[in-house]
Amino acid sequence: MDYFIELFFSGITRGAIYALIALGYTMVYGIIGLINFAHGEIYMIGAFTSFIVATVLSIYGFPLLAIVLLSGVAAVIWSSAYGYTVEKIAYKPLRHAPRLSPLISAIGMSIFLQNYVLLAQTSDFLPFPELIPDFPFMEPVAHIVGSSDLIILITTAIIMLILTFIIKFTRVGKAMRATAQDRTMAMLVGINVNQIISVTFIIGSALAAIGGLLIASHIGQINFYIGFLAGIKAFTAAVLGGIGSIPGAVLGSLVLGLTESFATGYVSSDYEDVFAFSLLVLILIFKPSGLLGKAETKKV
Amino acid sequence: MKLMKSKKILAAAAVMMMAMYAPVAGNAADTIKFGVAGPHSGDLASYGLPTVNAAKLVIDQVNAKGGINGKKIEMLIEDDVCKPEIATNTATKLVSEGAQVVLGHICSGATVAAMPIYRDAKILVMSPSATTDPLTYSGEYPNFFRTIAPNAAQSPTMADFALNKLGLTKIAVIHDKGDYGKPLAEGAKKAIDDSGKGKVVLFEGITPGAVDYSAIVQKIKQSGAEAVIFGGYHPEASKIVSMMKKKRLKAEFISDDGVKDDTFIKVAGKDAEGVYAVGPEDVTSNKMAMKAKEEHKAAFKSDPGAFFDGAYAATTVMLHAIEKAGSTDLDALKKVLQEEKVETPVGAINFDQKGDAVGVGYSMYQVQNGKYVVVK
Repeated sequence: MDYFIELFFSGITRGAIYALIALGYTMVYGIIGLINFAHGEIYMIGAFTSFIVATVLSIYGFPLLAIVLLSGVAAVIWSSAYGYTVEKIAYKPLRHAPRLSPLISAIGMSIFLQNYVLLAQTSDFLPFPELIPDFPFMEPVAHIVGSSDLIILITTAIIMLILTFIIKFTRVGKAMRATAQDRTMAMLVGINVNQIISVTFIIGSALAAIGGLLIASHIGQINFYIGFLAGIKAFTAAVLGGIGSIPGAVLGSLVLGLTESFATGYVSSDYEDVFAFSLLVLILIFKPSGLLGKAETKKV
Repeated sequence: MKLMKSKKILAAAAVMMMAMYAPVAGNAADTIKFGVAGPHSGDLASYGLPTVNAAKLVIDQVNAKGGINGKKIEMLIEDDVCKPEIATNTATKLVSEGAQVVLGHICSGATVAAMPIYRDAKILVMSPSATTDPLTYSGEYPNFFRTIAPNAAQSPTMADFALNKLGLTKIAVIHDKGDYGKPLAEGAKKAIDDSGKGKVVLFEGITPGAVDYSAIVQKIKQSGAEAVIFGGYHPEASKIVSMMKKKRLKAEFISDDGVKDDTFIKVAGKDAEGVYAVGPEDVTSNKMAMKAKEEHKAAFKSDPGAFFDGAYAATTVMLHAIEKAGSTDLDALKKVLQEEKVETPVGAINFDQKGDAVGVGYSMYQVQNGKYVVVK
């Protein structure tokens, strides 16, 4: 039973990590119907930014909490700037092009950003400072849930609630939903569609930056390639949960994380990916729009 | 008529091609083209760049003395980013540029992919670091040599250390499913099983690049293992070691020479303390090795990196063979390599029939106070 609980929390942690990235994927898809493959790279840039800021601040002897907050803020601003710019350069000119074009453009952007960081920074793995300390009150359960696991879980839950709130109950959220439903009509009733899409990208990138900070601190190392690998899994999780749905992204991530964890624990870690993707195939056969996704009806 | 015309064009084309070819052939006579292949960019560049430095140092010295048999040596440096699919392009490029001997490749997977191309071109290849067994044991690559001992020698060292030195009996063997890590882990498992002294309680492969290894660490804990033997590279090793500390798992961590790199200590930080790793035999007291290190410091203002000594040795013996053989003909080179012992930073070496260096082995190292030290 202990073993089951240990594996369960391993799976939940993994799921929460995927969810932090998957939320950004799903949000952008929900609003403009584009799979933003560069999202993983925005996450990676967030991790690098917080790495640089945290390293500089720790040299000047700032307290840990200040380092976490300041590097978090810096990462959010920097990543948002990248997300905003990527949208303006790579997606906006293609807004009326066939759906395949922005997808290819997104893959191009992803490769570009990876290599940009590779050249501008380094190809080596860098040791990411431990920004989340071991809390003393967690010690009795540290072998099951670590402090960083806990912080990631809480952050994911808070972000999911805030996002749901923004989209359901605020003016911007209403405008986002309108844009998602019918862009032309939204424009006719006076919504600045370009601005709304920019806001979507900024929010998505800010989430990725927070994810970058927390996940890098959890793993303890970063390099230019982390965004790609994590992005693929997060994207899978978003599809599993129903791409476009915010609770779906979190649910899908948790299901994926748990599947991988139990597959490792009870079968073999050699087949962890096999189980994860078999599950994806099964769910998509029976529920093509994912666990919580809405079936898309073609507009006439 | 039409046929005649096309024949004429063909002839013209042939003449033109020969004309284009001629200058290349002319160059080949003036210099000896020395290919260097390995990861020079990407996340494993730290494995490949020291080899380039080593080759530069040796070749500059030889060129300063007027080259070999009156010919200067020209370096052709090609990047394979440690990826098999790119390594075949790298090899093709080196062959078409006329490389006569090749130092490389660095990663085992990349070397295996590239070897058939060199074999067909009858080019001598010597690697300072590719340790996968089939390169020499399969007999498929008569043109392959290496200055590092093969994995087959690394696995028993790890197993023997855990069983006999540390006296542990329950061992988990983990690998990264790759060309380098998996055979190593399998070898260690076999050595443990054969010894009869211990038991492999867990044998599994992990997925490189995963965001979190807590599930596999919990499984290791569940298995009751006293030691973990890991076959793979340092990024995964440091993630597992850190996760073991986080999950309060106290087991010895023993790994291969892919982990015996200072980058591992840098990335894993204090979690690296106490980790054991197999590495090429300690040569710090070797006179040639000390001299090579000084040369590196003088030329590049830094300490040499991974596989530097092996690369320095490989360059030295290859140039020695070219000088003695008087050509770059594969059979003549092989004869010299097998028969004559040459003094190098990894000891006085010659090669056996398979292509492995005689007198090169492994030692066990441990991270103590942020440094790898030899475990006696």
